[in-house]
Amino acid sequence: MSGVHVSTTVNGDAVEFVCPPGETLLDVLRNRLNLIGAKEGCGTGDCGACSVTVDGRLVCSCLVLGAEVEGAKVGTVEGMAEGGELHTLQSKFIEHAALQCGICTPGFLVAAKALLDRNSDPSEEEIRYALAGNLCRCTGYDKIVRAVDAAAKQLATDATKSGKKSKRR
Amino acid sequence: MAETAPDTSFTNQDFKIIGTRPPRPDGVDKVTGRAKYGADAFAAGQLTALILRSPHAHAKILSIDTKRAEKLKGVKAVVTCEDLPDLTGGNRGMLDILENCMARGRALYDGHAVAAVAAIDAETAKKALKLIKVKYEVLPHVTDVDEAMKKKAPIIQPHIRTTGVDPKPKKASNVAARSQFGHGDIEAGFAAADVIVEESYKTEQTHQGYIEPHACLASVGPDGQGELWVTTQGHFVFRNTCAALLGMEVAKLKVTSSEIGGGFGGKTHVWMEPVALALSRKANRPVKLTMSREEVFRASGPTSSTSIDIKIGATRDGRICAASAELRYQGGAFPGIWGMLGAMTTWACYDLENCQSVAFDVLVNRPKSAAYRAPSAPMAAFAVESTIDLVAAKLGMDPVDFRILNAAKEGTRASYGPTYGPIGIGPTLEAVKNHPHMKAPLGPNQGRGMACGFWFNFGGQTCTDINVGVDGTVSLTVGTMDVGGSRASLSLIAAEELGIPYERVKCNVADTASLGHNDMTEGSRGTFSSGMATIFAARDVVKVLRNRAAAMWEIDVDDVAWEDGQAVAKGIAHSNLSPLSLADIARKSPTTGGPIAGHNETVADGAGVSFASHICDVEVDPETGATKVIRYTVVQDAGKAIHPDYVEGQFQGAAAQGIGWALNEEYIYGEDGRLQNPGFLDYRIPVCSDLPFIDTEILEIPNPGHPYGVRGVGETSIVPPLAAIGNAVSNAAGVRLNHVPMSPPRILKAINAAK
Ligand code: FES
Ligand code: FES
Repeated sequence: MSGVHVSTTVNGDAVEFVCPPGETLLDVLRNRLNLIGAKEGCGTGDCGACSVTVDGRLVCSCLVLGAEVEGAKVGTVEGMAEGGELHTLQSKFIEHAALQCGICTPGFLVAAKALLDRNSDPSEEEIRYALAGNLCRCTGYDKIVRAVDAAAKQLATDATKSGKKSKRR
Repeated sequence: MAETAPDTSFTNQDFKIIGTRPPRPDGVDKVTGRAKYGADAFAAGQLTALILRSPHAHAKILSIDTKRAEKLKGVKAVVTCEDLPDLTGGNRGMLDILENCMARGRALYDGHAVAAVAAIDAETAKKALKLIKVKYEVLPHVTDVDEAMKKKAPIIQPHIRTTGVDPKPKKASNVAARSQFGHGDIEAGFAAADVIVEESYKTEQTHQGYIEPHACLASVGPDGQGELWVTTQGHFVFRNTCAALLGMEVAKLKVTSSEIGGGFGGKTHVWMEPVALALSRKANRPVKLTMSREEVFRASGPTSSTSIDIKIGATRDGRICAASAELRYQGGAFPGIWGMLGAMTTWACYDLENCQSVAFDVLVNRPKSAAYRAPSAPMAAFAVESTIDLVAAKLGMDPVDFRILNAAKEGTRASYGPTYGPIGIGPTLEAVKNHPHMKAPLGPNQGRGMACGFWFNFGGQTCTDINVGVDGTVSLTVGTMDVGGSRASLSLIAAEELGIPYERVKCNVADTASLGHNDMTEGSRGTFSSGMATIFAARDVVKVLRNRAAAMWEIDVDDVAWEDGQAVAKGIAHSNLSPLSLADIARKSPTTGGPIAGHNETVADGAGVSFASHICDVEVDPETGATKVIRYTVVQDAGKAIHPDYVEGQFQGAAAQGIGWALNEEYIYGEDGRLQNPGFLDYRIPVCSDLPFIDTEILEIPNPGHPYGVRGVGETSIVPPLAAIGNAVSNAAGVRLNHVPMSPPRILKAINAAK
């Protein structure tokens, strides 16, 4: 079978790969690009463990073909921390013990970031519905919702502070 | 050597850092995607494996033709049961494990493995599976537990004769075992009763539903040495099992446990790992084998479905005078101990003069059952705790007061034999009674329920090492998998004992070549038994540290004490010697006797029993029968919470699983004996928007069998939810559901029938 040649951007880096036309983006990320943060929990779009963003849109990478991301911008959990600094969501997940086994965590982080990117001050209900496509079997979601809420508040505080700073400048 | 006899002198001590909530050591790896789970390992030249599974619930396998598959380009190995000969030497239990991994002449359930291939890529492997021709002779099947017990039911294992009955039966049946527990005079007890309630219940089969499917990377060389990377709750046990089944030497098979993406009991058994090793041995290449979600549902180990009869008699003053139960547990196609465990736990919450439980382990054409968090207890508790509410109502008593009056306490003879030491059932009930949740107002169509639960917890074999680095940091090496934050808890324990900051300890999970045998992380034993071994290993280290300090000071070791993380010279004669920190001593270790280490091997006894009481509010939509949990509170005895975040996490996770079991989750089999819903779309586990926050209250009634008083915490809280929700639904909708899951159609049917 002849492969498809794809040029794309993953976490800001230009990337090229060749894959069979039927291969999922999840398999491409994991098996061709060594990005194992996205997990396969079901392969059918039902668990969210494979969540990534394509051009800022939250998707299940098990339902997207590798060939479809030609020219797109793909974001994975590996791109969340900036250098040595964790994203606020990541540090809040650790601080609030929002992970037990951690297999669902990359998917939750990507989905939570997608939520906060479009709604910086979500209610508990909005958080719960935004994360309803991600399954976690360990935590009962309690500490996950609290971590996302805490991250939203922290990001808001940080934004006010840096806003004030820039005004002063 | 450290002493291994439980030293209770530290129970209730003032802890410095035990009970604090520092970040877990593996946190950064897990939030950045760096942590490696079962499917995240790759080896040079690895092949991809796939398994061919039976589409029939019960069939004779007449022939398997693999020739065309073997000839396909890119296929490197095909195996059937011929490649996994019986080396078990008459050990039927081991042969069952082998037969479950690969069918031997008969397929016993939909999804039973019949052949496997390893090929250069998944696409080739998929094609190869299609080229394998299997001829089946389909046999009659049975998937329901009550049907399977009937005389005319198709026999699943012709060699089975029911154990636990006298005389031993001459004929085969699907009842693998009968077990009985209890004491007193049941007949006399019921004769004295003022009220008697008798009910029958059913619970459907559920799956642990861990998000990570089974996955492994196996590599066996022509020299007979092998390595296995695998997601498991017990890599030492996997090593022993795989080595025995494949005829390998234990020391020559190194098993490394990956990070584990959930297990809850389902990753305590081998399901496919011996097949991966057999493929690798045949192909002489590393082989990666992962299950799809559908395979996880069809061919790993869900929990039993059950059918249970309960009879409780009580006197007008509110005392239970007789209690009896008959429990029928379906164990899939191979015998297990699920009925026995159910019978042991049935009456464990109560102080009863006359009680009895009789259980049957029943074979059906479903996958072999496995443990699921406090295995077998939730179903028995559903039946008992629902009936307890009915008895209280009949007596006109408050259900909490009724339970308090009958609760087991220290000195109570447990229904399964032993006499209880200090236990938490009474205190959890008192906490429930006084909880603000119990007094909160309810809206229309809302109802409140509560229920209790019990679990034994286990100790078992453990081996732990502590090595002190020259810079004074400490490496703690354990052999129990970290399934939910135990590395943090164990680091806290080591730091507490040594008197050093938590950040100076790094906890690692060792592979099977690097540490002595450790049993599974099951029975809530991770923090209990590795914690105990860590305490003794740390005390072993302290002995060495005192010796080294004595050598540095050139004084008698008896004059050296270990206080607050430093060696202190005792007595006026030594008042000129200033204390030496762990780091001071470590720095000098190359010249004072070499590396500083401590270790401990133990069979940890004394895992304390644990009790929980839950409160739950639900709202039932009378039009659709849909039930929403609107408030939930867990009260559980932890003995001592080492890291409270992860104790709460266990309570919350267990409660959420119980809620799913109670309301939604079930294996649905068709007339053809095939599983109809092997996926997360049709087997629906609770999602974030289904649940409220789950409040927790940790009680600490120290376990005298552990130096810090720790009890296992991981399992008990899956026991009460089924009945707590059942009782709440009954109070909300005025109908009692004796069949879980209480799915909308079942509730609607009950509401309409009651009209
Ligand atoms: S693996 Fe993509 S949604 Fe489950
Ligand atoms: S932490 Fe295990 S599935 Fe979410």
